[in-house]
Amino acid sequence: MIQPASPDQISVNIDGREIAVPRGTNMIEAARRVGVDVPHYCYHSKLSVVGNCRMCLVEMGMPAVDPATKAPVIDPSTGKQRINWSPRPTIACATNASPGLHIRTTSPMVKDCREGVMEFLLINHPLDCPICDQAGECKLQEQSTGYGRGYSRFIEQKNVKPKRTLLGPRVMLDDERCILCSRCIRFCKEVAKDDVLGFTDRGSFSTLACYPGRKLENNYSLNTVDICPVGALTSTDFRFKMRVWFLRQTNSIDTESSVGANTVVWSREGTVYRITPRQNDGVNDTWMADSGRALYKPVRDPGRLESIRVNGSGATLDAAAKACADLIAAGGVAVVGSGRSSVEEQFLTKKLAEAARARAWLVSRVGEGDGLLISADRNPNVRGALVTGLISELPSAALGPLAALIDSGAVKCIVSVGEELAAAGLSAEQLAKVAVVYLGTHSNATSAAAKIVIPTLTVFEKHGTFVNQQFRIQRFAKAVPGLPGASDDLLVLSKLVAASGGPNLGADVGALWPSIASEVPPLATMTYGNIPDAGLLISGAPWESLEFAEGSGLHFKPATPAAKGASRV
Amino acid sequence: MPAPQQHRLVFRHIDEPGYTNDLACYLRNGGYEVLRKSVLRKPEELVDEVKKSGLRGRGGAGFPCGVKWSLLDRKSGKPIYLVVNADESEPGTFKDRYIIHNDPHQLIEGIMITCFANKVERTYIYIRGEFPEGARILERAIAEARAANFVGPNILGTSYGCEIYVHRGAGAYICGEETGLIESLEGKRPYPRIKPPYFPAVLGLYQCPTIVNNVETLCHVKHIADRGGDAYSKIGTPNNTGTRILCVSGHVQRPGYYEFEVGKITMGQLLNEVCGGPLPGRRFKAVIPGGSSAKVLKFGERYKGKRKVGAEMVDFDWGLEDVPMDFDSLGMIGSMGGSGGVIVMDDSVSMVEALGNINAFYSHESCGQCTPCREGSLWMKKITGRMVHGAARPEDGALLKSVADQIAGRTICAFGEACAWPTQSFVAKFGDEFKEYHQAKKNPRADGAPELV
Repeated sequence: MIQPASPDQISVNIDGREIAVPRGTNMIEAARRVGVDVPHYCYHSKLSVVGNCRMCLVEMGMPAVDPATKAPVIDPSTGKQRINWSPRPTIACATNASPGLHIRTTSPMVKDCREGVMEFLLINHPLDCPICDQAGECKLQEQSTGYGRGYSRFIEQKNVKPKRTLLGPRVMLDDERCILCSRCIRFCKEVAKDDVLGFTDRGSFSTLACYPGRKLENNYSLNTVDICPVGALTSTDFRFKMRVWFLRQTNSIDTESSVGANTVVWSREGTVYRITPRQNDGVNDTWMADSGRALYKPVRDPGRLESIRVNGSGATLDAAAKACADLIAAGGVAVVGSGRSSVEEQFLTKKLAEAARARAWLVSRVGEGDGLLISADRNPNVRGALVTGLISELPSAALGPLAALIDSGAVKCIVSVGEELAAAGLSAEQLAKVAVVYLGTHSNATSAAAKIVIPTLTVFEKHGTFVNQQFRIQRFAKAVPGLPGASDDLLVLSKLVAASGGPNLGADVGALWPSIASEVPPLATMTYGNIPDAGLLISGAPWESLEFAEGSGLHFKPATPAAKGASRV
Repeated sequence: MPAPQQHRLVFRHIDEPGYTNDLACYLRNGGYEVLRKSVLRKPEELVDEVKKSGLRGRGGAGFPCGVKWSLLDRKSGKPIYLVVNADESEPGTFKDRYIIHNDPHQLIEGIMITCFANKVERTYIYIRGEFPEGARILERAIAEARAANFVGPNILGTSYGCEIYVHRGAGAYICGEETGLIESLEGKRPYPRIKPPYFPAVLGLYQCPTIVNNVETLCHVKHIADRGGDAYSKIGTPNNTGTRILCVSGHVQRPGYYEFEVGKITMGQLLNEVCGGPLPGRRFKAVIPGGSSAKVLKFGERYKGKRKVGAEMVDFDWGLEDVPMDFDSLGMIGSMGGSGGVIVMDDSVSMVEALGNINAFYSHESCGQCTPCREGSLWMKKITGRMVHGAARPEDGALLKSVADQIAGRTICAFGEACAWPTQSFVAKFGDEFKEYHQAKKNPRADGAPELV
């Protein structure tokens, strides 16, 4: 038995390999650390342990000691301390590390246990693979292939249960497929704090259902679909749309709020089919809100801007940049940046504001935080604007002071990088009074009133980074190509900057980051490529006096007690 | 050797003419005197008496009662609960119902002594839902006892007090499993808890240290407190002390309840002398000695081995009739003493059909929490159901055994063993019947054999 490196680590032995793990680590996690896969269904690292699927059964042994003297009993044939292997297997998920614990996962007993449990799970399971959404990411398929017997001995009638029950607006339940692992029940109770699911009936006829009169409609209901190991719970939005093995997975970030939940965007041939959470134990665990998953829908809706327009006629990007530079040269410019822009775009927006000798504004979006994964700040990247120096104060919701400047004639031209100015508080008269240059994705009042309209890309169509409420910089990547008439935001902004007399800066993330690293001190050590997938915390110290709107949430405690829960600015 | 006489300790008054279940009658017969003596002693002494007595649980597992009490976590500062398991649901067992209906005060006295010994201040009697009259009787008895200061605050002039509450179940065998019972008592579905970490002695009712004891066991506590642990341990046989109530049912002339010293009566004496032997024209075929979860024993078998008598290991060579009815002997020959429900089957019984009946019960009662028992018990029921209704195959016996082998030892609670052992033992001992059942189906039933329902 090796001595663990630090005193609060415990040494265990898995299939002959020693490993030291922290106190309280269960054997599934310990085995994972040595590359051993212990199959399981009901265990989930973020939920309570129930031990009811019995798939993770392993052999357990403890070192033999003489009961009277407590001296180790040595096995004469090996010269090492004898291990008393328990005749009954134990579940790895509920077996926590204790000194000298030995686990075997490859013995004949364990093989028989796994084949037995697999067989039992399959006997009443419907032969739905051809029509089941879960195919390709189904734990039952994977583990029966890996650990099952490979043939059936069941010739009786299978149980019949309710087949397509709408549990709520976004979740469909097929009770026959359910293997009664209870992950969904535990999630709703422990994480979403909405205890709405439970089992009814008994034994093999046990059935998942909502409690009478209730619906599974909380804003985290789709996480039950993610964690369901089989196709019992499926997403009504994704139902029957696409086979998962055709989909490409791209890492992205949820832009719904400053939480910055890590996501995976699943797409095929330029179309996004669904968004699921990506595990980040520092930000969102394995969860995300349902409302964030719907954000891919506007990507291809008919309101997308598709052509560059200068004074109503089509133009090239260079011509538009020149026209914009002319407007800027006339003076009285305001630049409205966005808390939804990436760090790179905000960096270039700042350069544009400097070149135009303009003041930069940001529009704030504050709502009510839900205490979990939607924070009160509905902009994903206000902190990026602070870090790049685009702004130095927190933005206010309405552009009141800007409106006053328009009325007084001090501001004659507004360059809006993705912000709808009417919604931000400017009236139609004020919009008509100034020359607007609009960079955006969808048509709206501002694009209609703008002299120059340059279509740009949604978050799914470009690369970039955001800084979330924890001051963690996180990357998102391009999942699908943009529309043919739309241009990459960084290309557009770098051209505008150059045309307005500013420096020539890189037009994509790779080329631009050296400039960012050299000019933004907190980001000095980074390149776009070396930011880890789980993001990187940077210091928020320079801004700790600001009264951020966010209250507590998952993995987040606000620095100042003043900012708690809802505050409508 | 002729059968010994019954030793009616717990069942002393059960069939006594004129004995009623009210407090006055109990007091006339010396009731609550033992409680009076016991509250004047130190609680630790009473625990010691129970340890010395060697009393083993009468609910089915036969776990030493004194050891169970000493595992209680007394250092946590949390209240300690006693839960009385009156959920008598093991098929073949019908002893607790007579204690509850006919002599409830004996139970209450045993409960109060146990509570005093373990510093319990609140007790719950979990009674199966199918005993509505029993629940009423218990509540009336508790009210009488409280009025007479035997239950409630400051009993018998002391500063000790304990409340007893009756809680009715709703018809589930799994509520007899101690952690399933605790879950049900807490108002949840009776899903047994995983042990470790949820041992009732540490994390039981409301996550507090809890003892769960059977009704008959608690009645024995009264008698141990009365005469002392050493004297009690002289009744019965070493390691199998005291008396136990055997509930004989099935194909005997005189089925019923009989209380004997543990280990002092053999299976043959019990069935042939006490119960009058098989029905006219019949021969014994099989017997399940400890409730339907126990493994079946076949008449005509012989059991050989070594057992401890005094300080020595002695050979034994028994026919089924020679087996003493105690926990250890029944355990040694491959079955268990269990709850004392002796189910006798004669040669009119088809073992396949009997197993079908048993499998139907277990599949109905499985709580459904863990995979092997939930799916396996129903699969076994479907197999025997198919066999019994006409589509048996010769390999079904082997399939049943294989399924049962995949359940036992792999479940959260002992229900896995309970539903697997009947199948394993029936197929092991009567395998030929299973192999030939598809032929036998075509043969007419034995004369006078009852109709299959």
